[in-house]
Amino acid sequence: MTATETRLVTARLRERPEDSWTMDGALASGAYESLKQALGMAPESIGKEQVAASGLRGRGGAGFPAATKWSFLAPDSFPRYLVVNADEGEPSTFKDRMLIELDPHALVEGIAIAAFAVSCHLAFIYLRGEFALGYERLTDAIRDAKAKGFLGANIQGSGFDLEIVVHRGAGAYICGEESALIESLEGERGMPRIKPPFPAVAGLYAKPTVVNNVETLATLPHIIAMGGERYAELGVNKSTGTRIFSLSGHVKRPGNYEVELGITFRDLIFSPELGGGTPSGRPVKFFIPGGASSQWLTGSDEHLDAPLDMDFVQQTFGVMLGSGAVMVYDDTVNPALIAWRLAKFFAHESCGKCTPCREGAGWIEKVLYRISHGEGRPNDLDLLFSVGNSISPGVLNAPFTQTTICPLGPSAVSGVASLHKYFREEVIAMCSNGPRAIPVTAGAMQ
Amino acid sequence: MTATEASTGVDLVSITIDGKTVQVPKGELLIKAAQEHGTYIPRFCWHERMKPVGMCRMCLVEIEGVRGLPPACTTPVADGMVVNTLSDAVKSVQDGVLEFLLINHPLDCPVCDRGGECPLQDTTLAFGPGESRFTEEKRHWEKPIAISDLVLLDRERCIQCARCTRFADEIAGDPLITFNERSGHTEIATFPDEPFSSYFSGNTVQICPVGALTAKPYRFRARPWDLTAVETSCTTCSMHCRAALESSSNRLVRLLGIDSEPVNHGWLCDKGRFGHDAINQEDRVRHPMVRRNGELVACSWPEALDAAADGLRNALAKGGASSVALLGGARGTNEDAYVWARFAKGVLRTDNVDAQFGDGLPAAVALGLPHALISDLDDARAIVVLGVDLKEEVPVLYLRARRAAAELGVPLIEITSAATGLTKYAVASLRHAPGEQNDTAAALVSAIGGTAAGDDAIDAAAGALSGRSGQVVVIVGRANLAEHADATVGAVAKLAEIDHAGFLVALRRSNVRGALDLGLAPGFLPGRVSLEAGRDWFEELWGAVPSEPGLDALGILEAAADQRIGALILLGADPLGDCPDADLATRGLAGAGFTIAVDTFITPSNRAADVFLPVTAWGEQDGTVTNLEGRVQRVTRKVTPEGTAMPDWRIAAELALRLREDFDLATAEEVQDEIARVAPAFAGVDAALLRRARDGAVLPIAEHADELVLGRLSIPITAASWEPIAPGADLEAGGEDGAAEAVVTAGESEPAGSEGAPIAAGDATSEAAGNEVAPVVAGPELPALHTWDGHAPTPSRPGRDAYALRLVSSRVLYDGGVMAQATPAFASLVRPVELRLNAADRDRIGVSDGDRVRIASARGQLDLVVRADTGVTAGTAVLAWNLPGAGAGSLIDASAPVTDLRVESIR
Repeated sequence: MTATETRLVTARLRERPEDSWTMDGALASGAYESLKQALGMAPESIGKEQVAASGLRGRGGAGFPAATKWSFLAPDSFPRYLVVNADEGEPSTFKDRMLIELDPHALVEGIAIAAFAVSCHLAFIYLRGEFALGYERLTDAIRDAKAKGFLGANIQGSGFDLEIVVHRGAGAYICGEESALIESLEGERGMPRIKPPFPAVAGLYAKPTVVNNVETLATLPHIIAMGGERYAELGVNKSTGTRIFSLSGHVKRPGNYEVELGITFRDLIFSPELGGGTPSGRPVKFFIPGGASSQWLTGSDEHLDAPLDMDFVQQTFGVMLGSGAVMVYDDTVNPALIAWRLAKFFAHESCGKCTPCREGAGWIEKVLYRISHGEGRPNDLDLLFSVGNSISPGVLNAPFTQTTICPLGPSAVSGVASLHKYFREEVIAMCSNGPRAIPVTAGAMQ
Repeated sequence: MTATEASTGVDLVSITIDGKTVQVPKGELLIKAAQEHGTYIPRFCWHERMKPVGMCRMCLVEIEGVRGLPPACTTPVADGMVVNTLSDAVKSVQDGVLEFLLINHPLDCPVCDRGGECPLQDTTLAFGPGESRFTEEKRHWEKPIAISDLVLLDRERCIQCARCTRFADEIAGDPLITFNERSGHTEIATFPDEPFSSYFSGNTVQICPVGALTAKPYRFRARPWDLTAVETSCTTCSMHCRAALESSSNRLVRLLGIDSEPVNHGWLCDKGRFGHDAINQEDRVRHPMVRRNGELVACSWPEALDAAADGLRNALAKGGASSVALLGGARGTNEDAYVWARFAKGVLRTDNVDAQFGDGLPAAVALGLPHALISDLDDARAIVVLGVDLKEEVPVLYLRARRAAAELGVPLIEITSAATGLTKYAVASLRHAPGEQNDTAAALVSAIGGTAAGDDAIDAAAGALSGRSGQVVVIVGRANLAEHADATVGAVAKLAEIDHAGFLVALRRSNVRGALDLGLAPGFLPGRVSLEAGRDWFEELWGAVPSEPGLDALGILEAAADQRIGALILLGADPLGDCPDADLATRGLAGAGFTIAVDTFITPSNRAADVFLPVTAWGEQDGTVTNLEGRVQRVTRKVTPEGTAMPDWRIAAELALRLREDFDLATAEEVQDEIARVAPAFAGVDAALLRRARDGAVLPIAEHADELVLGRLSIPITAASWEPIAPGADLEAGGEDGAAEAVVTAGESEPAGSEGAPIAAGDATSEAAGNEVAPVVAGPELPALHTWDGHAPTPSRPGRDAYALRLVSSRVLYDGGVMAQATPAFASLVRPVELRLNAADRDRIGVSDGDRVRIASARGQLDLVVRADTGVTAGTAVLAWNLPGAGAGSLIDASAPVTDLRVESIR
């Protein structure tokens, strides 16, 4: 294990910094060679052999094994669709955006391989609406790929046809949730569906549908190129390969870093070639290990020395690597303020479909606002914790359950749970300074 | 329900709910299965007539072996499922969800219409936490806002359950309300400049689980605990939706839909729901009147009845039975129709009797077609809609047809002159020029028979039937009053040739079917028998019948215009408003001799009457009515009218007495028993049966025994109005229950039908027909029911002038009719009068939308505003028949096959 980057998915970006997004730049760095290779394989073998052997897990957040997801597709049911989740909206996550803008051909190639593997002839990219440059480069890439015979009818003479439709989202975080994404793609209001049925059985237009993340698909060409088994040699345990981490907050060198899974958070945050430590040199107070939805970890040795291993952090600390966004805070930061700011995001983005999230996220936001702005009351943290439990019962003991349809509700509780776990005294102390009386006028009656 | 399903062999599975093991239909949703076995799982968003969405999260339960807490409303039962609805985890979720729902709820229960019958209140008391810990500022909205002319929205009270939006989208097909914004700002909203102008908007108020949606006519009119209710049938049109009629202080204030499986599925149209206000209007006639010195003046009932009897006696003496005529009778009950038929035909001995006004279909056709039931739409091979725009004329039948087409995959074919509400659900819309529908019908029938028509739409229509089996349900109405009824009859004759064709005769006027069935039509006697077939039978029973067939309404009006009608009875009749030929109606009324008006209001038609006999209205009298499928259901008295109005039938009996015939009928139930005894189609349908038949009785019951569900006389339930209200319930009992108890017990008592398993066919006939139907006197045989021989006159086909447009004049829902005009809530809903043209015709005439044009037929002329409409076929012009001031009648000659118009600009 080294605390440096392991460039696989992002290799082209360094090789061709001037033109990695163009067809020429991409071809010069080996693009579409894996596709040609894949087209010579038996379609099912790609998933069952290569991808399964690679141990590739979804890079969108849930970390579900990609080959297993494909295998859930209702057999003998056609047409089936591949939907690319390019609605990257998790606060502090910016890896897919980079891939789309700087290496759209890797995504197109990955889509073509995946579509060939699951016998799909129409793929949809649900692109975050704000990605203006990404949209331009992606549509150019698709146009060029079609011109070169990497898309369209009879790709590279293989007899396999594929069209890609790019759809731009309209600015809702919830549309990153796969069933809400499908609803939105169908022209409905973006709200999660009740599952079952799962998309693999009845997804887009009620047909079997695979929804894959951008990074997951962009990894496929490398798995084909190097072979699934060799890919699986990278990484640790069941967290194989590399992942791109979006590093932000109190680090000297914020940015996207592709590293081999298994290095520690300390490596990621402090290695001179990666985060480079806090700019102030002050200690890390806490950090968010896997995107805004995740519960937090602290600057303790136990946490910093934990490996970037999806299962390990889940089982040991009840947190997730999620979308791979690591936000670092030094000891000058008021954790309640961070919790409030995150809660505000989730309260704003709650789709409004189910009660606990629609109402609960807003309630949490209001209380955290008070706490973080000096208006806290002594029992506020207990109240928050209790409200959080109404959204995700057993929130401190992963795996918790949820009373909501999708994970957005529990995401809104992550900050509260983290305050409760690590900063209880600090928050209570903060609250004791605030007004104790409930500011209502009912007392005037006496 | 339960009993029905059990007896019809639905697969059952075994599940355990809170330790109790029960058998439930496989695949049924857990929430419903639990409810039918006495476990009420709290819910807000789930409604059993709509698709589950699982969004309120109130019905989360624990299921052994299932991770987390799945919603009972989206989880189908599976064999061996073990469900816990009472565990600490479930309880804690219920507390949590209710606390969440209340944090932004204004808790303004004391000033909320829903307070006292509010599902949120009730559920909070039964399942919620004791108090709220929310001390932040609540969400604020401007309130209330009008989302339509009838419905107001209070967004602060809304709990975002989407019942209203789903109703509008899934059930009504009017997706005019939706969620706007998201998160805590989620609100129900209409689209800009497009109000929630659905004919069914009142249903959203009924199913709203809070007071977020309120109905303008009911707002602040009553508190739930002051209301008492009876079950009745709405008679605004001929659908006869089951409904709970509520009053406070002897004033009707609210009508709620009851969930009758065979009829309305719990829904009402707004016209029915809010139309009852008419009976409270100031200008209701409250006392009898006679004309003295040219003025109608109030008098006593004996004076008025004597005057009426004298007038009739004089006319009979002068001109004989054929000089007496009766128009109307379709707005009353079956009892009214029967006793008036007996009076007219058995006492006055005239057959000049017609409940229609030349605006319907001949009784011989309407009564004699092979009938279908409304529920037959659901599994029909196809639905053919001939002429009628159901959305405008029979709105809840539109909902049923729409559901069959949109949700159940039944191909729907329409044969109409213009687009209708069902057009977007039709697999084929076959447009025909006025008067030419028989050609279209003939082409469709031969295409179904395998001969391609060469017309894409017709062949597509026929193709949609391939591979399907069952009945072809033809819904026929009289759509275009500017064409002769023969045109429709010709098309009906063609469609009747389809194998397994069954007809729903969708004539709109409320009890027109009951009136025709009971003999208020020329050539017919009560019980769906022709004058000839029933002559011996009724002579025996009544002592006399008319000697020969009489005139229909148009004939009566012609005769009256020729001074040949010495006495005319207007039984709730408004020929000026209803006869297609306004000139004929005017001349007829002017030429009629002694005129007796039996009505609730003074109208232009009865203004000149010599005697005015005021009658009770719907809601003020008990009785039965027959809907368009032949289902006899009860209507119930809820309030006592001011003044001395009498039921129609009693007036007939009183007049008979004055002409020396004692009918010996004291109550509506006695009339029902007499009908059951003498009217062949009603055999067995006596008062005792009608009291117990939950869904009424379909005539003749011997053929429809499976439609008969007999139960206890009443089953107490709560009047909780947001859930489907089970029929056969004793609604009066609801008011007494505590609110929380109401929710808890609702589950146990809901399946009212379980008391009444359908009786076996043999039982029905033996119980019903066995004892009572035997003739009183062993004389003539029971006459056979009338069937139509399919003989249709060949419609004449007048040539067309290339410059003329052929008129289509159909009814719209909110009209110029007496009841609608007397209902303040509808005032703003009446559309402006416009002549609608195809854009090409409009341009050819050289006018723009909104310009005034002069239209002229052979009969008359009108000046109107013109507007292009994509639903109008080139070469035709559409003018609503029944809008106030439309005046279409002045253009129409009832004897002409079609009405051609010249349209010219008068800019």
